[in-house]
Amino acid sequence: MDGPIREATPVLQSLLGGDLLEVTLRSLVVSGTATVISLVIGLPLGTWLALTGFRSRGLALSLVNTGMALPPVVVGLFVAFMLWRTGPLGGLELIYTPTAMVIAQVIIAAPIVIGLTVAALGQLDPRLRLQLLGLGASRAQMIWWLWKEARLPLLAALMAAFGSVISEVGAAMMVGGNIRHQTRVLTTSIVLEVGKGEFGAAIGLGIVLLALAFLINAVLTRAQQRGLHR
Amino acid sequence: MRDVVVVRAARPILTIESLAVAEGETLAVVGPNGVGKSTLLLTMATLVQPRSGHVLFRGAPVGPREELAYRRRIGLVLADPLLFAASVFDNVASGLRFRSVPDDEVRVRVADWLDRMGIGHLRDRPARQISSGEAQRVGLARAFVLEPDLLLLDEPFASVDAATRARLLDDLDDLLRTMPVACVLVTHDLDEAVRIGDRLAVLLDGRIRQEGAPETVLAAPVDDEVAAFVGTETRMAGQVVAGGDGLVTVAVGSHRIDAVSTLEPGCRVLCCLRPEDVTIWADPVTGSAPAQHGLAGAPASLADKGPGADPGHASSARNHLPGRITRLTPDGPLIRVTVDCGVPVIASITRESAADLQLAVGRAVIATFKATAVHLIPRAT
Repeated sequence: MDGPIREATPVLQSLLGGDLLEVTLRSLVVSGTATVISLVIGLPLGTWLALTGFRSRGLALSLVNTGMALPPVVVGLFVAFMLWRTGPLGGLELIYTPTAMVIAQVIIAAPIVIGLTVAALGQLDPRLRLQLLGLGASRAQMIWWLWKEARLPLLAALMAAFGSVISEVGAAMMVGGNIRHQTRVLTTSIVLEVGKGEFGAAIGLGIVLLALAFLINAVLTRAQQRGLHR
Repeated sequence: MRDVVVVRAARPILTIESLAVAEGETLAVVGPNGVGKSTLLLTMATLVQPRSGHVLFRGAPVGPREELAYRRRIGLVLADPLLFAASVFDNVASGLRFRSVPDDEVRVRVADWLDRMGIGHLRDRPARQISSGEAQRVGLARAFVLEPDLLLLDEPFASVDAATRARLLDDLDDLLRTMPVACVLVTHDLDEAVRIGDRLAVLLDGRIRQEGAPETVLAAPVDDEVAAFVGTETRMAGQVVAGGDGLVTVAVGSHRIDAVSTLEPGCRVLCCLRPEDVTIWADPVTGSAPAQHGLAGAPASLADKGPGADPGHASSARNHLPGRITRLTPDGPLIRVTVDCGVPVIASITRESAADLQLAVGRAVIATFKATAVHLIPRAT
């Protein structure tokens, strides 16, 4: 493996001036957007599931938990089927676009946010809600304070969601198509480089991907640990 | 509250026909664990929805639309202070911020209440890193700073040690006496209830069984269960056999007990006695001194003469029941003495008296008590 590693540096240097930055930024934008949308969908839905008792709540939680383990390639297949030009939503012409990749990644990340939000709020003392309402909080104020109370596990949910989509390749490949300057991201680039036998470049891209994931998680972990001492 | 019924798992767990507290008054709701005290308080706070009935505030029912406005007139303190993961200051400020009180006013009011509760120095400390006593003070400050019209306290001292509890009780007592707030305190601790409450309500099996001035409830419980809960440990079933001029004689087994009452002969009753009202005399044969200080020497043989039979005796107690000690139970500085007089009679005496009289299990003694100490509860025939 010495050979490929030695080869990685010049390859990356050549990429830096061209695709690497673009591919890295696209990875960040696509996965970042998908994570934010997942939070917007998942946090309220998870909160509702955590705080509301209804007849089929158990079934809903089982579905969410199953969703947390969705294989990205299956999600990709489903989204590709829906967005395919002859598919039910083909008229939107979204297949092989970053938007299609965001849609697929939201389907992957949202159940993770929902499931971990339910778990995060579920571990709070249920009397905390009564105490907040007893102090005159409106329902919205109560939920905001519950989120503040559960901010550490909620940050973990954010990290898990981002981690799952920045590192997935199956869906991105299937609905994005790995088109240069359009839908190519770090993970699909790695697959491409391996396919071409360019292990050095693939390893270099892998290191960039790891560094990116590390950097973002380090920032979130720092925020989480600061919260631990409050 | 009026005609309130709270149901859980298809079973009524709280049934309150009527319960009210006036401005400036403290109502202490007391009862053993699991009788619905917390449910009662949470229902008052509209945090538990009754199956039927109403919570009324200043005469008007609190409906779903009025709940938030109503809850912003009350302050709620739970047994566990449940402080938020924020500074002490932010915890105390939380309710004011829910009410959108301007920041300047929040700073002044919170600082004032932190000082009044003696926790001003903890202002910037993380609330999760303070002691349980300090946390309970923060919980109280968090409610008092709202200047509520109604303060609801759910066993606020359950999680603190005895010394801290005593200090907190003092402080709470002072605050309640100086503020015009209506307060409902629920507790399983009778001493706490009597100490703080202007009025006492005994909650048993989800129902208010007796309500009134603390001294009335303690001295004259309405039934056997209330009597048992308020510490009337000696309860003897009997029947009134003679009466007149406000004094009756009750047959309890082979004993005759005098009691102050206007009940008619033939009435079946429960004779209730508080342990502090019973005096223990040593066996007359030994000639020992009485267990309570300040009384003259023991009669020669009260057991033989029966109740009130010795007009020359220095004690005014009319009832003298001979028996043997079956149990001695330490109770702080006191000892509870159980005497088998045919029926168990329980007395509470000091450790010094027990030592002076050389009390021991099996020792023959006489339990004496005044006719005025006997509370009669009529029983269904």
